[in-house]
Amino acid sequence: MEILVCVKRVPDSAENEIEMNSEGNDIERDDLVYSVNEWDNYAVEEAIQIVDKVGGTVTVVTVGDEDCDEILRREMAMGAEKGLLLNDDAFAGSDCKGIATILKGAVQKGNYDLVLTGAQADEGAGAVGGMLAAMLDLPYASLVNKIELGEGKLTIGREIEGGNREMNEITLPCVLSIQTGINEPRYVGIRGIRKVSGVEIPELSAADMGIDAASVGEAGAGVKKVDYFVPEKGEGAEMLEGSTDEIIAKLIEILKANGGL
Amino acid sequence: MFQISKENLMIQKTAREFARKELAELAAHRDAHHEFPGSSLKKMGDMGLMGMLVSETYGGSEIGPVGYALALSEIAYGCASTAVVMSVHNSICCGSIQSFGTDAQKDEFLRPMAQGTCIGAFALTEPEAGSDPQSLSCSAVKEGEHYIINGTKRFITTGKHAGVIILIARTGNNEPGRGLSAFLITHDLPGFSVGRMEDKMGQCASDTTDLLFSDCRVPASRLLGHEGQGFEIAMSGLDDGRIGIAALSLGLGMAALDQSVSYAKQRRQFGKQIAEFQGLRWMLADMDMDVDAARLMVLNAAALKQAGKHCRAQASKAKCYASEMAQRVTGQAIQIHGGYGYIKEYPVERFYRDARITTIYEGTNQIQRIIIANELLKDKKKK
Ligand SMILES: Cc1cc2nc3c(=O)[nH]c(=O)nc-3n(C[C@H](O)[C@H](O)[C@H](O)COP(=O)(O)OP(=O)(O)OC[C@H]3O[C@@H](n4cnc5c(N)ncnc54)[C@H](O)[C@@H]3O)c2cc1C
Ligand SMILES: Cc1cc2nc3c(=O)[nH]c(=O)nc-3n(C[C@H](O)[C@H](O)[C@H](O)COP(=O)(O)OP(=O)(O)OC[C@H]3O[C@@H](n4cnc5c(N)ncnc54)[C@H](O)[C@@H]3O)c2cc1C
Repeated sequence: MEILVCVKRVPDSAENEIEMNSEGNDIERDDLVYSVNEWDNYAVEEAIQIVDKVGGTVTVVTVGDEDCDEILRREMAMGAEKGLLLNDDAFAGSDCKGIATILKGAVQKGNYDLVLTGAQADEGAGAVGGMLAAMLDLPYASLVNKIELGEGKLTIGREIEGGNREMNEITLPCVLSIQTGINEPRYVGIRGIRKVSGVEIPELSAADMGIDAASVGEAGAGVKKVDYFVPEKGEGAEMLEGSTDEIIAKLIEILKANGGL
Repeated sequence: MFQISKENLMIQKTAREFARKELAELAAHRDAHHEFPGSSLKKMGDMGLMGMLVSETYGGSEIGPVGYALALSEIAYGCASTAVVMSVHNSICCGSIQSFGTDAQKDEFLRPMAQGTCIGAFALTEPEAGSDPQSLSCSAVKEGEHYIINGTKRFITTGKHAGVIILIARTGNNEPGRGLSAFLITHDLPGFSVGRMEDKMGQCASDTTDLLFSDCRVPASRLLGHEGQGFEIAMSGLDDGRIGIAALSLGLGMAALDQSVSYAKQRRQFGKQIAEFQGLRWMLADMDMDVDAARLMVLNAAALKQAGKHCRAQASKAKCYASEMAQRVTGQAIQIHGGYGYIKEYPVERFYRDARITTIYEGTNQIQRIIIANELLKDKKKK
């Protein structure tokens, strides 16, 4: 099975204290530590496990600049065979539709049976996968937390509100957005790192993929971020602070005091 | 900035991810229950972290001292007990077998060690021989195709859980550097047993034990190197061992600093963040400088070692400085946490206990200063 996994480089919330910048229109990006988007890591692990079972190749792709090389390399060290960097000045400032348009260009350059994205990333609300599927005219399922392989089709589990799960059959080729918890992503090993540290990662530009530069990037963005802020604390909400144990103890006290326990 | 290769940065990052996601979560529980981090060490083996200095021929990842020091610091950031097992295993045990083992010994021991399925321990110290290993009395007497070993080893890291123990015992007279030999000991040998487990101040998830030899019969094929080479073997792993303990100390300092910064921003007294008080800001600045200085000394020693240069003094300086830094910085971290720093619910209490041993094992800092001074005066004489 030929699998393409779309991955994104995002600020690592485990390693950074995310703060507003002085202009108040974005987070402070100086000195941020970046990592691969958590959901994408599950998608790559799932792809590797599928290929381990039935053969094929896993390719990881990202839209970004040279700095994104590190996350492609990381996912390759984990076990993805190929990497692909979609890099063009024209791509900067793309909205979700722009990103999906660029990814579509990459999908059409290859011959993939399955395209995976993460369920969501640091911005947006999981829009890219669905848009990409629609643009490619492929079947799509979101929030997938189980994949069973079949002949020309997959059986997939989806997470439903309230903790329920539904199972679906989906024909290949298709696009899936992957939910965390579908597997336990492996840690990157040193042997993998050594294998990929010197590998050339191919790049594709807008022209390489036949993408009209005006349809992507800032020029093509129909959605623009106009403000970014931490909401004021509302009335009636109390934020409990302290260690987890302290918070639990306080919560129990409050519940007791209000007759909840 | 000290130039670190892309490859080593990736290794640092993967070790960091593992240490923060897995080890840091489990460290407090393992410390409190004196629970050996076996399941984590297994994963570290899969990641290649247990054969970092072993050649690829024997399944190691052969990454060299710089990548090793970076990874070890990250592991110590999450759990110093796990880091000391990793350090003894990689620096001393894998190193000695790689340099002095026969092909058969490497196949039997080094291969599984590089995968982390067999963990190494190193037994030099005795009740009456600590800083002065030349005076050790554990004896090995040749009898046909066996050596008969008698004596007691003390304070052996991973003594209980190790798959193989490198034992240094006396085979000859007290002639300096000649009378000692090294043996590969496994738990199945008759006459060998693990004695008491020490109840320690820190690094409690790592077992520290006595090893008891009572007419223990060891096949001659388990002699590592040749007879009389024991002291040389024991000393050969010292540079890497000291870089290892220096890196471990660095990781503790880094962790204590990070905890302190985030606590100082979050805690409020007198109507402001305590991070706004100059008294604490200066303390944080000192801690940051201290950690950075140690980091540069560790990387310097590791880079010299990697380049194949003489690094005896640099390794000792890094070990000595970084371990004393770890003590200072973990102590300051407790101070910044106020009363909460003294309570086990906050990790800085454990960091402080874990840091205390680093000035003692792998050669006390007094011994390190003797080495540094010897190297210094030796160099001076030449001029
Ligand atoms: C947790 C832990 C783990 C350990 N792991 C191992 C292990 O895996 N393998 C192993 O073989 N050993 C291990 N050790 C032993 C450790 O290496 C020794 O404790 C250390 O070398 C010091 O020896 P000692 O305790 O006998 O102290 P001593 O040698 O008795 O020293 C006592 C004091 O005298 C000072 N001193 C000694 N000689 C001199 C001198 N010439 N000049 C100035 N001062 C001097 C020392 O610095 C120290 O302050 C471990 C110890 C501990 C506590
Ligand atoms: C074992 C133990 C027993 C105790 N027993 C008692 C008891 O019997 N009765 C009781 O009432 N309390 C008791 N305490 C509480 C103890 O007195 C407090 O922990 C101590 O006063 C520090 O307060 P804190 O922990 O809130 O730290 P904080 O006040 O939050 O201090 C945190 C850090 O900020 C620094 N800091 C704070 N303000 C400033 C400033 N203006 N300028 C510069 N630096 C500043 C502090 O020096 C410290 O380094 C006990 C605590 C412990 C751990």
